[in-house]
Amino acid sequence: MSPEVSLELTRLTAAELAQKIHTREVSAVEVCHAHLDRIAAVDGQVHAFLHVAREAALESAALVDDSLAVGTPPASPLAGVPLALKDVFTTIDMPTTAGSKILEGWRPPYDATVASRLRAAGITILGKTNMDEFAMGSSTEHSAFGPTHNPWDLTRVPGGSGGGSAAALAAFEAPLAIGTDTGGSIRQPAAFTGTVGVKPTYGGVSRYGLIACASSLDQAGPCARTVLDAAMLHEVIAGHDPLDSTSIDVPVPSVVAAAREGARGDLSGMRVGIVRELSGEGYQPGVRASFEQAVAQLEKLGAELVEVSCPHFEYGLAAYYLIMPSEVSSNLARFDAMRYGLRVDGARSAEDVMAATREAGFGAEVKRRIILGTYALSSGYYEAYYGQAQKVRTLISRDFAAAFTHADVLVSPATPTTAFPIGDKVDDPLAMYLNDLATIPTNLAGTAALSVPSGLAASDDSPNGLPVGLQIMAPALGEAVMYRVAAAYEASRPTTTAPEILS
Amino acid sequence: MAADTGGITRDEVAHLARLARLAVTDAELDMFASQLDVILGAVARVGEVAAQDIPPTSHAVPLENVFRPDELRPSLSQEQVLAGAPAAEDGRFRVPRILGEEQ
Amino acid sequence: MSTPTLVAFDEVVERFEPVLGLEVHVELNTRTKMFCGCSTTFGGEPNTQVCPTCLGLPGSLPVVNRSAVESAIRIGLALNCQIAPWCRFARKNYFYPDMPKNFQTSQYDEPIAYDGHLDVTLDDGTVVRVGIERAHMEEDTGKSLHVGGATGRIHGAEYSLLDYNRAGVPLIEIVTKMIPDTGARAPEVARAYVTALRDLIKALGVSDVRMDQGSMRCDVNLSLSPRGSGVLGTRTETKNVNSLRSVERAVRYEMARQAAVLDTGEPIVQETRHFEEQSGTTRAGRRKETSEDYRYFPEPDLLPIAPPAEWVEELRGTLPELPWARRARLQTQWSLTDEELRDLVNAGALDLIEATVAAGAPADEARSWWVSYLSQQANTREVALDALPITPDAVARVIALVAAGELTNNLARQVVDGVLAGEGTPDEVIASRGLAVVSDEGELFAAIDAALAAQPDVVAKIRSGKVAAAGAIVGAVMRATGGKADAKRVRELVLERCGPVRE
Repeated sequence: MSPEVSLELTRLTAAELAQKIHTREVSAVEVCHAHLDRIAAVDGQVHAFLHVAREAALESAALVDDSLAVGTPPASPLAGVPLALKDVFTTIDMPTTAGSKILEGWRPPYDATVASRLRAAGITILGKTNMDEFAMGSSTEHSAFGPTHNPWDLTRVPGGSGGGSAAALAAFEAPLAIGTDTGGSIRQPAAFTGTVGVKPTYGGVSRYGLIACASSLDQAGPCARTVLDAAMLHEVIAGHDPLDSTSIDVPVPSVVAAAREGARGDLSGMRVGIVRELSGEGYQPGVRASFEQAVAQLEKLGAELVEVSCPHFEYGLAAYYLIMPSEVSSNLARFDAMRYGLRVDGARSAEDVMAATREAGFGAEVKRRIILGTYALSSGYYEAYYGQAQKVRTLISRDFAAAFTHADVLVSPATPTTAFPIGDKVDDPLAMYLNDLATIPTNLAGTAALSVPSGLAASDDSPNGLPVGLQIMAPALGEAVMYRVAAAYEASRPTTTAPEILS
Repeated sequence: MAADTGGITRDEVAHLARLARLAVTDAELDMFASQLDVILGAVARVGEVAAQDIPPTSHAVPLENVFRPDELRPSLSQEQVLAGAPAAEDGRFRVPRILGEEQ
Repeated sequence: MSTPTLVAFDEVVERFEPVLGLEVHVELNTRTKMFCGCSTTFGGEPNTQVCPTCLGLPGSLPVVNRSAVESAIRIGLALNCQIAPWCRFARKNYFYPDMPKNFQTSQYDEPIAYDGHLDVTLDDGTVVRVGIERAHMEEDTGKSLHVGGATGRIHGAEYSLLDYNRAGVPLIEIVTKMIPDTGARAPEVARAYVTALRDLIKALGVSDVRMDQGSMRCDVNLSLSPRGSGVLGTRTETKNVNSLRSVERAVRYEMARQAAVLDTGEPIVQETRHFEEQSGTTRAGRRKETSEDYRYFPEPDLLPIAPPAEWVEELRGTLPELPWARRARLQTQWSLTDEELRDLVNAGALDLIEATVAAGAPADEARSWWVSYLSQQANTREVALDALPITPDAVARVIALVAAGELTNNLARQVVDGVLAGEGTPDEVIASRGLAVVSDEGELFAAIDAALAAQPDVVAKIRSGKVAAAGAIVGAVMRATGGKADAKRVRELVLERCGPVRE
């Protein structure tokens, strides 16, 4: 296979690749090689991957080819297509670090449900992608293994926490990726990299084997360069899992059909709600302009626009930064040097070894959140902080419920700004937290949302423009309508892809 | 009920770090104390919401009574269990001496 | 702080009113653990009954064992508790190496059962009603082995070895309300309560309730209130109280110790203390966190439990005859005095006798065997009655053989000895030891004739009417037959042989 052909393969969508593999026009192994070559060529600059599983990926691709060769139907519509897995899912054959020193070199003895579903579907796992440590961050700068660079501008962040997965897509290192979204960790990187990122309904995708950040907010979801690819991946990973108590036991919404339906470009009868509280102040002018164009575009497609008000969304960030760190402080207690992971020896007691290891193994942002959460759960403060935040959470859910009586989906910009330069906000936690302003309410309510590319926004320091994402929000289990609107919008505007890194 | 936004002291942060088993340095204590003070000032906004009669949401899914049957599932092998252990001895995890007593 | 000279018990109760509280942990005998499918069987090789969930591996999730919930509800119902229509699990956060997640999944302010009572009968027949505050579900911890210390204890150990086979085994914690007004009987009430609770849970069949194996564990809370003051004292919580006798001793010791401390004018420190089995004393524990530091919050990985009323009623229907009801029934059926009943209960003979009766033996015979001969054997061997290697069925068989005249009482005891010696069933022992009654009258006649011929003077006495002299002949015959003859029948035959007798 020539380098040109190889490069071309990496430019295809997952749906196109699957079709070529299943008709045996190309082999899964060739597709896998093409992406491994691409990773070898560009990941030195992008740093999307923490681990590339070259041999395992090629073996898995060969199995798909073998099976197709004897006439067995593909294990799934995506069989043979490569994927980049966020390093927050346990994998029995690859190290799993969650972006943290404390887990460096850890080999889990079990597969996350998402990982085993990917394998069962014949999807080739290329490797594990970079992320903010334990999914805490909005830039991937909080990875213990160095930041990921945005393929659109290597001096900028790709967003976070799932910056590695999003950057891998944008840099054509993989056509599919998996992310996790606790407060925007799929959608914000998608917006920053001009890719599609979906946060499914809470309980829609199993969390078993997903290293927890905040259990009541975390949700795994598909990432891709197109809405249809995301939908196809969604159907592979979603569905009830008896190993996750919070997994919903209902049929997976038919999102692939919805995406295909949407791609026809007709949104007549669809009521699209514009959330007043998520479209005003605090948004970069270019982002607002892009959002206004997107809304106009939706109207052109036949959607009926309605303005809705969600008055408690403005408290979402505050509630989130109480609930999330509280759960974090408890979830991360298990990293104590006793059973697995890093151990800093030399201290005189188990207690001291725990404290020394946690001090050395966790980065500043993780420690900050652990301390904040420990504080919020303390008996004297519990009601004022954690308890009150849980009530705000109820009010935010009610805001959503009320809004969804007027609208089928809600829209907003996915992020307040476009990708910022590496190093810009890393020492200002609060400024970093503001990235998640628009994405957080969905996590608090457990509803579904995605970010779909809506062009580029120029700014003073980025005259060529950087990607902007349109956030589309749906009620719990309302993924189908969300995908339909996203696909319609995507089909109605030109695709923009990141400039070639190798030049 | 508005949260007390009187701020967080360095001593409080030190106490919290001890509870959380983080052997933070003095420099970190200074940094965290000032950063957490700012963050707490921002998150204390939740106290502005009148939510007296509002039930708290602890779970985003409206489900109850999710059980599994009392049926055995395979355990890991001892080898798998101890594979990641920093130290092991006689099939057990070896840990430094424990100062506190069981609770 | 050294302990002041203890105050004599009589003096303590003269001046102080003890207020008791008991917390009992019961390990359920479900097949699998509280939140995962690992076995709960005792005695496995270390760390072979663990999985990602009970080892607290990153990414693992809990799922509630339905049987454990049913056991909890049944215990609650048997303790006359209300069953919560809605309750949750909570996380109790503290670091300890035997706890893989560094939080214990427990119930906090929403226990599954609350507000009940247990009627406890003391030795003299007095009934004390002990209020039950709550019964809640939680999980057990792993076990540590302390190496390098003088006695295998934690203090002075060089390092510890951890086995997590017990981690995650379901526990029910049963907490009493404050038990006031017990005065000098406080130690007895404490012991009687734990005994009654043990019997109750045994009858429910939900736990082995073996204090010696740790499947039932007791914490004793005690405070002293100066008589007539109406002021509650500060309480201590004494752990590691692992036998019924220790419960009594721990209460007695704490009463004497606290009185002594109070007499010096010092306050009682609210603390956890440890019972020392050898000395019968308690000592202050070295605990780092106080209860305010546990940072309880609702477990986000588990959903609420809302037992439907029909389920609770169905479980109520499965409650067996409870121990006190059964005792009352047996007392009537077997015509026992209070004292006789109490002796049977204390000897642990009730189950054995009932089973022996069920196997066909008359109640008085069954009772006689278990409380006299078998109790002696148990005492000699220093084992509990139910640990003797003989089944109620075997005892019933022996009783039946005696009734049928096939065994004499003397032979019966030899048969029982054989069974206890592991020689097999009663019938096997009879066969192998040749213990059947000699009923071949020919053999008997020969033995009698020989005895008569040997003692002509005795024959003369008998014939002269001194019937009592026959005893010498009977004795000789019994010796000659190795005790296998039926002495009563021998006597009849001797008299017949010597006849006519002038009586």
